[in-house]
Amino acid sequence: MLTRLGPPVAILLLAGPILAGLAGTILPAFGYLPVLGGGELSPQPFRELAAEPGLLTSVMLSIGVGLAATLVSVIVVALFLAGWTGTRAFMRIQHLVSPLLSVPHAAAAFGFAFLIAPSGMVVRLMSPGLTGWTAPPDALIVHDPAGLTMTVGLAVKEIPFVLLVSLAALQQANSRERCILAASLGYGRVIGFLHTVWPSVYRQIRLAVFAVLAFSTSVVDVAMILGPTSPAPLAVRVVGWMGDPDLSMRFKASAGALLQLVVTALALIAWLGFERAGALVLDLLRDSGRRLRRDAVARTTGLAVMSVSSAVVFAGLATLVLWSIAGLWQFPSALPREISLRTWQNALPRIGGPLGTTFVVAALSAAIAVLVAVLCLAREGETGRTGGRGALALIYLPLIVPQAAFLFGLQFLFLLAGLNASLPALVLAHLVFVLPYVFLSLSDPWRVYDRRYDAIAAGLGASRLRTMTAVRLPILLRPILVAAAIGFAVSVGQYLPTLLIAGGRLPTVTTEAVALASGGNRRVIGVYAVLQMALPAIGFVIATLAPALLWRRFRALRV
Amino acid sequence: MSETGLFLDRVSIALNGRTLLSITHAVAPGEVLTVMGPSGSGKSSLLAYIGGFLDRAFSASGAVLADGVDVTRLPAEERHAGLLFQDALLFPHMTVAGNVAFAVPSLVKKRAERRIQAEAALAGVDLAGFGDRDPDTLSGGQKARVALARTLVSSPRMLLLDEPFSRLDAELRRQMRELVFERAKASGLPVILVTHDEADAEAAGGPIVRIGV
Repeated sequence: MLTRLGPPVAILLLAGPILAGLAGTILPAFGYLPVLGGGELSPQPFRELAAEPGLLTSVMLSIGVGLAATLVSVIVVALFLAGWTGTRAFMRIQHLVSPLLSVPHAAAAFGFAFLIAPSGMVVRLMSPGLTGWTAPPDALIVHDPAGLTMTVGLAVKEIPFVLLVSLAALQQANSRERCILAASLGYGRVIGFLHTVWPSVYRQIRLAVFAVLAFSTSVVDVAMILGPTSPAPLAVRVVGWMGDPDLSMRFKASAGALLQLVVTALALIAWLGFERAGALVLDLLRDSGRRLRRDAVARTTGLAVMSVSSAVVFAGLATLVLWSIAGLWQFPSALPREISLRTWQNALPRIGGPLGTTFVVAALSAAIAVLVAVLCLAREGETGRTGGRGALALIYLPLIVPQAAFLFGLQFLFLLAGLNASLPALVLAHLVFVLPYVFLSLSDPWRVYDRRYDAIAAGLGASRLRTMTAVRLPILLRPILVAAAIGFAVSVGQYLPTLLIAGGRLPTVTTEAVALASGGNRRVIGVYAVLQMALPAIGFVIATLAPALLWRRFRALRV
Repeated sequence: MSETGLFLDRVSIALNGRTLLSITHAVAPGEVLTVMGPSGSGKSSLLAYIGGFLDRAFSASGAVLADGVDVTRLPAEERHAGLLFQDALLFPHMTVAGNVAFAVPSLVKKRAERRIQAEAALAGVDLAGFGDRDPDTLSGGQKARVALARTLVSSPRMLLLDEPFSRLDAELRRQMRELVFERAKASGLPVILVTHDEADAEAAGGPIVRIGV
């Protein structure tokens, strides 16, 4: 059976590139790379790395920004869930936040920068009326040396992700009953939730939180757009050495990539400490028996921060759109004096290629990922065995190992195989990140599917293939298309894999947009960022409309 | 051992090393064997084993013979076990007629002919003219009758009923029981009924096996 191939193919696609890539990073990090004249192992690359000025600052920035962004996201989500689960405000925020998941990190970061920069939207709205400024204030907000802007920019983008994975976990935690029970014992809403529901929710979202932390400690595109520059967080510097025309820099870059692996591991260890501390505080509170019924401040804070953080992303995106169609737009004006499509007209001739590449790679990787995920899940149904914790860890592996650490090695391997900068190599590299999200999104609806439908179809004489194609897949069409749209969005947003594997020869909308970051032409950045968020949005529109049209006659399949 | 009907030959089902049930029984064509037991006693697993879709968590042994043929090693789709659950489980993405036509044996190749057979089966359960409806718009009783028509049109070798009446209210339940047992008798189908409702067992009028007590 074909389904038998599912799990091995998935393991190969996920673990293969990571293990091979890590090997391809470790060897040059110790000076071994015969192609570039490194014939024997030596600690020289690490010596060169250590001699880099400001290395410790870069390392501390990576760890600090990563931990802070993750901590903020988790606390905001916990507070919001605790204060508002099951309320109407909760439903409203949930609907508001869901679409934010599909916005690529780079687009969200650009939007945030356009919003809070000294000449950004926020200052414009207040000037000159409130501030009296007629020229942008001379302040370093974006690229601030402490990485505060980067931290907030990451947090507002990660909050929707943490919230959505928590929602899935919440359904299995009997939150309603547990909250009622806690309330009947006299506990305040927030503390009641934190004592009775949050621990089981957190246990389920833990790997996703690790993924957020690993991403935030090693992200490159957001750091280039919002992060400090002198020195930059470690991952940015490592990628810079990697792209250096002086090929001998690659040894140092590989050593840096390995250091990035250590940095992310250190952040994870620190996070385990945070987990302990959090649990300890909750334990102490519980043992004290305090009811903490006056929690209005905590509740309001949770809702306020949650609302503001999604509003910030939306406002940023709106600002991007505005800049892409802005004509003359002088400083204190809140709106451009004229609307013009000139930027679009000028950019379009150059944008066709990257747009096509983005689309083809995203469509191919999403399609392959859905196919592999369906085969794995079908196999799981046949054998009656889910992969358990091991399989889940494997799925999260590409999301937890820092991208730079294994993509360097993978680039070397593709170079050796003569595959670099080819479409198949790019699709393969994207699949490593697309497959986990597709699998995670599809597995829950797949597992709650009522398997008695299959039994009935088989009893009616339908073959396994017919049962799959005529009964199960059509019933699951919507979640399958949503999973595909998520995969598509993940692929569109990939920066580092595209940059490294395509080697500049297959630019996508995302690599082009980030490359424009240092130039600072807001109109052109606006065009690329708008395209970057439009592509995933189109995917989600199709995923919503297609089943609605196909199944318009069938009430049970409407949402 | 009779050559016609269903024969359960030392069928035994265990979960985690604990034997849930052991049964040897013949069910003649048109006869209803009622299996009664509390929830968790494994009565649904018995149907799953006979139908060929038992979860791998269970271990089972023994042979199932349909009209003298051992079907135990056959895949579910070659056993032709007509199933009715407590939910009608009409395929939500097909019309009522589409649901029934899905069950028409593949020997009937022509689309139009399949459609005619489906409409006839619907008329047989007093649902003529319902073919183009969305199954979700039917009442509970209508859904149950479509499910019955869908099962009967597939020319099953046996009927396996897993508490099929328990979701219906008292009056509908009585009607459905009569309809199902009458059709099974008319088609000469051996029936196994799993239930915990004594009235079901009584109406079935056949032998009763109690498990897990």
